Amino acid sequence: MKIRVERDGLADAVAWVARSLPSRPPVPVLGGVLLDAGSGSDGEALTISGFDYEVSATVGVPSTIADGGRTLVSGRLLADITKSLPNHPVEISVDGSRVAITCGSAKFSLPTMPVEDYPSLPAMPKHAGELAGEVFGQAVSQVAVAAGKDDTLPMLTGVRVEINGDTLTLVATDRFRLAMREFTWTPDGDVEDAAVLVPARTLADAAKSLGSAGSKVSLALSASDGLLGLSGNGRNTTSRLLDAEFPRYRQLLPAEQSASAIIEVGPLAEAIKRVSLVAERGTQVRLEFDDGGLRLSAGGDDEGSAEEELPVSFTGDPVTIAFNPGYLSDGLAALHSDKAELSFTTPNRPALVKPVGEEDKVTPGYLYLLMPVRLPG
Amino acid sequence: MGRSADLPRGLLAEFRVGDGAWPDDTGCPILHVDMDAFYASVEIRERPELRDVPVIVGGVGNRGVVSSANYLARTYGVRSAMPTMRARALCPKAVFLPPTFGLYQEVSRGVLAVFRDVTPLVEPLSLDEAFLDVSGALRRLGKSPAQIGAEIRARVFEQQRITCSVGVAPTKFVAKLASGLCKPDGMMVVPKGRVLDFLHPLPVSALWGVGKRTAEKLVGAGLETVADIAAAPVPRLRRLVGNAGAEHLSALARGFDGRAVVPESAEKSVGAEETFEVDHFDRGILRVELLRLSEKTAMALRGKGLRGRTVSIKVRFADFSTITRSRTLTSATDVTQEIYRIACQLLDEQVPPGAVRLIGVRMEQLADADSSGEQLSFGAPDRGWREADTAADAARSKFGAAAIRPASLLNTRPRPVGYHDPKPE
Repeated sequence: MKIRVERDGLADAVAWVARSLPSRPPVPVLGGVLLDAGSGSDGEALTISGFDYEVSATVGVPSTIADGGRTLVSGRLLADITKSLPNHPVEISVDGSRVAITCGSAKFSLPTMPVEDYPSLPAMPKHAGELAGEVFGQAVSQVAVAAGKDDTLPMLTGVRVEINGDTLTLVATDRFRLAMREFTWTPDGDVEDAAVLVPARTLADAAKSLGSAGSKVSLALSASDGLLGLSGNGRNTTSRLLDAEFPRYRQLLPAEQSASAIIEVGPLAEAIKRVSLVAERGTQVRLEFDDGGLRLSAGGDDEGSAEEELPVSFTGDPVTIAFNPGYLSDGLAALHSDKAELSFTTPNRPALVKPVGEEDKVTPGYLYLLMPVRLPG
Repeated sequence: MGRSADLPRGLLAEFRVGDGAWPDDTGCPILHVDMDAFYASVEIRERPELRDVPVIVGGVGNRGVVSSANYLARTYGVRSAMPTMRARALCPKAVFLPPTFGLYQEVSRGVLAVFRDVTPLVEPLSLDEAFLDVSGALRRLGKSPAQIGAEIRARVFEQQRITCSVGVAPTKFVAKLASGLCKPDGMMVVPKGRVLDFLHPLPVSALWGVGKRTAEKLVGAGLETVADIAAAPVPRLRRLVGNAGAEHLSALARGFDGRAVVPESAEKSVGAEETFEVDHFDRGILRVELLRLSEKTAMALRGKGLRGRTVSIKVRFADFSTITRSRTLTSATDVTQEIYRIACQLLDEQVPPGAVRLIGVRMEQLADADSSGEQLSFGAPDRGWREADTAADAARSKFGAAAIRPASLLNTRPRPVGYHDPKPE
């Protein structure tokens, strides 16, 4: 193999592929990136891929190919090297069991790993539809925040992706909060309704790196193979689906409410941050709503206490409710709106947080459902 | 202390408070009060016919250890923490009794009440010993520290019919040494001006923090008595026992101990552990034991009005290698099932297979149940395990510990051998 490639394109591509590689690969080859010159459909492209049996990433980079071929090198090392190369064309050539990288006057020689030991990458599943990259990126980040991190409860570490005609629904919950986003997309004509569970961390990473402004992301799905594919900006990634039952969540959404408040998100988030300084790790902030406004308080006699009042437009029965400050702040940050509606039924039932747009109207499409902290006594 | 055997005898006689002799106790506000052979004494109080026989309280099974032995048994060489098997060999005619912790706790509460009559500055170290700082009480009571010590001894005997020993000194460390040296049923005063005379002839093992290993190291370097330590340059001690240890030993050996008497220090952790009769490989058996220990720990938490955020388990293998593994929860809990679930996860995920000798459960990062709310979760019933636990606690307080138990514990022994009550660390 002997090729020439632009430094910027190479560095971006290697960095993107290498970020999905395991930090401590169970076998060395899984820490490698595969460089494949000339065997793709486009004869002039270098394909760079990584795969760890869970996630695969593949990206094409324009290149001039003198000799085609394939080689496998350490992904982390190659990413570090390409990132710090000067801005000159890069020549990559394989000689026996070593690969030489030359850029300007800089020369590197790296050992290669056996290509034949490398697992074959999964084929991209069947194309299901297209989404606006920006919308997708934001939607995933809004939902993934509520996903669980406890691997002993695998069904809670995923984002549920539901295809329902031209509506795509993303949901995640860690038992304490639930985030749900619904938006329209452009499904292929023959796509069947489906619901799958995708590892939240993988989906969030992919959505962030694929969903740039103005781009299109295409979604591919094979529920029977347990594989989800996403492509955009010349990048393709697949992820294994989680084989676990997502909780039946629709029944959790409150059917009624006894009170609701519309409030500025920025000042509320700031106040929570201040007041919770006296709340020991993992303890709650109290919110008291009535017609006069919102009173936030935290702490007690022993550790110190804090309170702050904020104006709020409130309707319904006065309510005192407490939350984990981190969970509440997560929800407010995920709204991406200047105002929020908080609605309640009772202090021990979930509260609903929704974004509010112009004329104090709730913006449909997103909700963050949060279980309160039961106050002692 | 249990080390009085290797001490110079003349020294003891000199400081021991005898009839009518009142040493100068000004500047000695710290009292260390230690019950004599506490568990054994309480058992003998309940069964006076045992007064003149060796009595050993402890785990009576193969792997039990001696918790307490009366002084008659000690003349045979029986010591606490010694395997019961060994004690049996040393003193075959002794009466061996399993511990009755409930009774000891009750007696301990009575004894602490006597202390707290004197001063609120009482720092209990365990069921049977405590430090008192009487400096504030001197004027109120119009007595000197040694007189207060004598009165405490009299009142404890009067009310509880057991004896105790009292050390009176300017610092905690010296007071504790003194009470250990005047046992049983004695009192020792170390006057402020004579602390060094008292300390310096003692062996290095008398210093707080010097165990068997450190003592060997120090003696190996030619430092045999406290006087040797006091005279040794700190850099030399550093090479022997490390930085922190060196400063600490040097200060103690020169009579300094800055620790104040801290009343009822907040508990850092609560837990329970179990040494098996025989080593167990079977994870099923280990899990049942974790359930029992989780239950004990959770009950202790609820009894004290505490909740913990970190669950840790301890596993000691047959070769005595010991590991502890912990996991921190989203919110603090005192619920048996939650503690048990995490304990099992830790066992399954982080404990390699092998023959297990001891297993334990501990809760850390404790907070008052009153001040910590409970993070609710979706779909959990309004009345869940916490309410079940509370109801079971209520039933047990009325009908005894065996009234309600998890079904999987039903056909196991109600009180395992060598069981240690949850206690603060």
